[in-house]
Amino acid sequence: METIFALASAQGRAGVSVIRLSGPGAKAVVSKFVSNLPKDRVAGLRTLADEQGEPLDQALVLRFDAPHSFTGEDVVELHLHGSIAVIQSVLRVLGDSGSARLAEPGEFTRRALENGKMDLAQVEGLADLIESETEAQRKQALRVVSGHLGALVEQWRSSLIRAAALIEATIDFVDEDVPVDVSPEVRELLSVVKSDLIREIAGSKVAERIRVGFEVAIVGAPNAGKSTLLNAMAGRDAAITSEIAGTTRDVIEVRMDLNGLPVTVLDTAGLRDGKDAVEVIGISRALDRASQADLRIFLADDDEALPLQQEVDDIRVTPKSDLSGKGVSGKTGQGVSELLTQVQKVLENRSSNAGLATHERHRIAMQSTLQVLDVVLPLVDAGPEQYDIAAEELRSAIRSLEALVGRIDVENLLDEIFSSFCLGK
Amino acid sequence: MKHFDVLVIGGGHAGTEAAHASARIGAQTALVTMSRDGIGVMSCNPAIGGLGKGHLVREIDALDGVMGRVADLAGIQFRLLNRKKGPAVQGPRTQADRKIYQESMLAETEKRENLDIVVGEVIDFLMKGDDVAGVLLADGTEISAKRVILTTGTFLRGIIHIGDVSYSGGRMGDKASVKLAERIDSFELPLGRLKTGTPPRLDGRTIKWDLLESQAGDDDPALFSFLSKGVSARQVSCGMTYTNERTHDIIRENLEKSAMYGGHIDGIGPRYCPSIEDKIVRFGEKDSHLVFLEPESLSDNIVYPNGISTSLPETVQESYVRSIFGLEDVKILQPGYAIEYDFIDPRVLDSTLALPTVGDLYLAGQINGTTGYEEAAAQGLVAGFNAALSALGRDPVHFSRSESYIGVMIDDLTTRGVTEPYRMFTSRAEFRLSLRADNADQRLTPMVKALGAVSDLRASAFDAKMDRLAKGYALIEGETFTPKQAQTAGIELSQDGTRRTAYQILAFPKVEFQDLFRLLPMLETLDMETQRQLAREATYANYISRQQRDIDRIARDEAHKIPASFEYQPLDGLSNELKAKLQVVRPSTLAQAGRVDGMTPAALALLLSKIKQFEKKTA
Repeated sequence: METIFALASAQGRAGVSVIRLSGPGAKAVVSKFVSNLPKDRVAGLRTLADEQGEPLDQALVLRFDAPHSFTGEDVVELHLHGSIAVIQSVLRVLGDSGSARLAEPGEFTRRALENGKMDLAQVEGLADLIESETEAQRKQALRVVSGHLGALVEQWRSSLIRAAALIEATIDFVDEDVPVDVSPEVRELLSVVKSDLIREIAGSKVAERIRVGFEVAIVGAPNAGKSTLLNAMAGRDAAITSEIAGTTRDVIEVRMDLNGLPVTVLDTAGLRDGKDAVEVIGISRALDRASQADLRIFLADDDEALPLQQEVDDIRVTPKSDLSGKGVSGKTGQGVSELLTQVQKVLENRSSNAGLATHERHRIAMQSTLQVLDVVLPLVDAGPEQYDIAAEELRSAIRSLEALVGRIDVENLLDEIFSSFCLGK
Repeated sequence: MKHFDVLVIGGGHAGTEAAHASARIGAQTALVTMSRDGIGVMSCNPAIGGLGKGHLVREIDALDGVMGRVADLAGIQFRLLNRKKGPAVQGPRTQADRKIYQESMLAETEKRENLDIVVGEVIDFLMKGDDVAGVLLADGTEISAKRVILTTGTFLRGIIHIGDVSYSGGRMGDKASVKLAERIDSFELPLGRLKTGTPPRLDGRTIKWDLLESQAGDDDPALFSFLSKGVSARQVSCGMTYTNERTHDIIRENLEKSAMYGGHIDGIGPRYCPSIEDKIVRFGEKDSHLVFLEPESLSDNIVYPNGISTSLPETVQESYVRSIFGLEDVKILQPGYAIEYDFIDPRVLDSTLALPTVGDLYLAGQINGTTGYEEAAAQGLVAGFNAALSALGRDPVHFSRSESYIGVMIDDLTTRGVTEPYRMFTSRAEFRLSLRADNADQRLTPMVKALGAVSDLRASAFDAKMDRLAKGYALIEGETFTPKQAQTAGIELSQDGTRRTAYQILAFPKVEFQDLFRLLPMLETLDMETQRQLAREATYANYISRQQRDIDRIARDEAHKIPASFEYQPLDGLSNELKAKLQVVRPSTLAQAGRVDGMTPAALALLLSKIKQFEKKTA
């Protein structure tokens, strides 16, 4: 039986977040990250550190030995500070440990059922759980399809189907009219998927955001009060953690911790028609940075045209409320707290919507697919005599990527084979 | 009135295998056939085996079925497909002499204990309430049976098309047999429509063999049966020729005269076995297609031109066939035709191939939407075993996807259904590396031994083989060697200091069995077949242990049986779409439920909880 883990409490920021592990390896896995595991049914405060000894969090560790646990197996619970960054990093080190994997939805319940640990009244509550999980899965699928991964995932899917179909065709239809050497095309298809995967794993977007922080750009005309607002934001509810001069003369970055969420606020150059060449460059860079930011705060009067497209969730406020009587003022602090709350809400929503577990699942999927592709490619080079093994490895690569590309089964392969080759002697 | 435990309707490949399987279990069995000569007829191409199909025949043989032994007797050209690839994807195939096959199958059937051949035409079932209790024959004879297996192939609304001419191909035109079809209709089973085609049969004496390429069989024939020692019939070669531009022009010009393209056929044909019309329409860029000229028998001159099945009118068939090199003067003995027929959506069947809605009735073969003799025979075996076990009040046998191609097929049919005539491919088996033709006996013979449905001859041959293999394993795994020792024996391994057994060393791709002799000279004392088998198993040893986790998971889920009376409609938390699918498939285990399209792990957990609840209530 494999050891599984998952975030057991709600997604997103919270006072306390609980990660639960279950299975024969639960104690061994956690022992890799804490110095001494508490006794059975005793809670202990432990420093959780990754394999390099880098501390991740102070956690309350609870241990339940089999069979006296929720699932009937050895269970360890990690009660962590409810920060998204902390949860993310703990999920990551658990997954990378190689001795446990992220649980499927319903898997803890399933084990509890198998081991007779759930009475049937408790089971009644399951239906709601399934419904919400189905909904979550639907949203998750939509997110992959519509997100920046969408087009790539489509390509990966058709490349993998094509590659597997080519190999299977030479196996199952060897006495028919199929090309004998499919290796150049298979190699080409898989190499492209491989380099895409390498790129995606490196720049995995939401995880990156949670680690290095979200970028929020303040955009507005010169003298709209952007810098004053930035100072007010930094000085009030948020702590300045660093101040770095921007790479261009007019972009100032301020890093702050917004209620547990790392945020970098960008104060961009005032946007207007530039007078000199240097200012023109500064303005165009400011526009670039602002449009790439995760969120924009537009300081603009009601009738003012915006220099950039306003995107969903972007905030538009009237500047200098000390003069106009409405909106926000950096000078008096009017509306700043509300603005910060709004920014915080948008970003929290975004990070929890991305679904840490979902995201982690995708990362793991891509990582393990990459490993298998490294095995498949030399087998393809070895020629048809190794195709039985190559096909097996490719099948397992496809299975690893299922979380992203959906299920690819033999019917998809057969469709591809029959539409490409004239078979039937 | 005569009484049997099990009665099989139809003497084709499904029917004969079903009758033999039932009789081997010890049930008093009747095989009802229209004529004795109809037993074991190969109505399509004269070949047995191939990729996936060859695996099925080996499995049938491992279960002590008849097809493998009869095919070995009838084989006139044996070829092991994918001989150069790994053992998991090698499939034995033979051209089979139609006449020898038929005669040998009849002889086997006549000498089988517990099995009676009844010649007659079944025109209706005898019913006891909603349950089938026997059959009524055209001559008025009634035969009662505890279980009935229907293997009537394309009998349901079968229509044969040649050009714009069509006629009833089954027995539908006969007044009497309309009744059986009506009876089946009254069961209100979901039906679908399929089609398949055959090529014209040629007179071998009018083919210019001396001009054509030929393909000989293997020098070292791979047989089907684990009991066969060698080929029995004279071995021959097949001829090869190609269609050309003129052939394609003739077909293109006459396309609207084809039954298929003239709009006479609605059934769905198999994509892996298209008619020549289809090939030319769908792959117009190809200016030539390969045609195999396969002799049907040593004792007549009929030749089966594999690759040009058609439903064009006879005159067009003649002109396109004669446009092919070597066939300029050929005489057509029987025109090609397409046949359309109804099949019963196999998702209504349970994993024993019984119909839960009609008591004591089993379906096997083409009627379930499959194609091919091997697929039919394998289903016959499953239905035969289970009908007999059920009639005798014994527990059913279950074939798992993780143990056999038979299990893969039964699960595909009953869980996923069919959209085109279902044919086995090795790519359908996710555990392909462990489900090999070479180890079919190791996987399945213990099963028939446990059932007591195996001949003494096979049982003792199997035990002897397993003894030899066990000794081989004891030897090859008995000692470990350092990479240095291996190097001294001439085997290059990475010098990582790991001690390995000779078996682990054999698992490396470049290492041959003989290479081990200098390392472990005792290995040379093993017989050749044991050496070969150890080598085959070592090829995949690393992969098979990796697959074990998946196999264990399936086994765990298969242990959770779903009661036949379980209702899906009242389940909260499942979508209506999923409920409807489950209601059609009626999975018999949780493993099968997990393979229903759209099932999620969470929904499976819910299902498990509800099943437990249901069992508690009904207990």
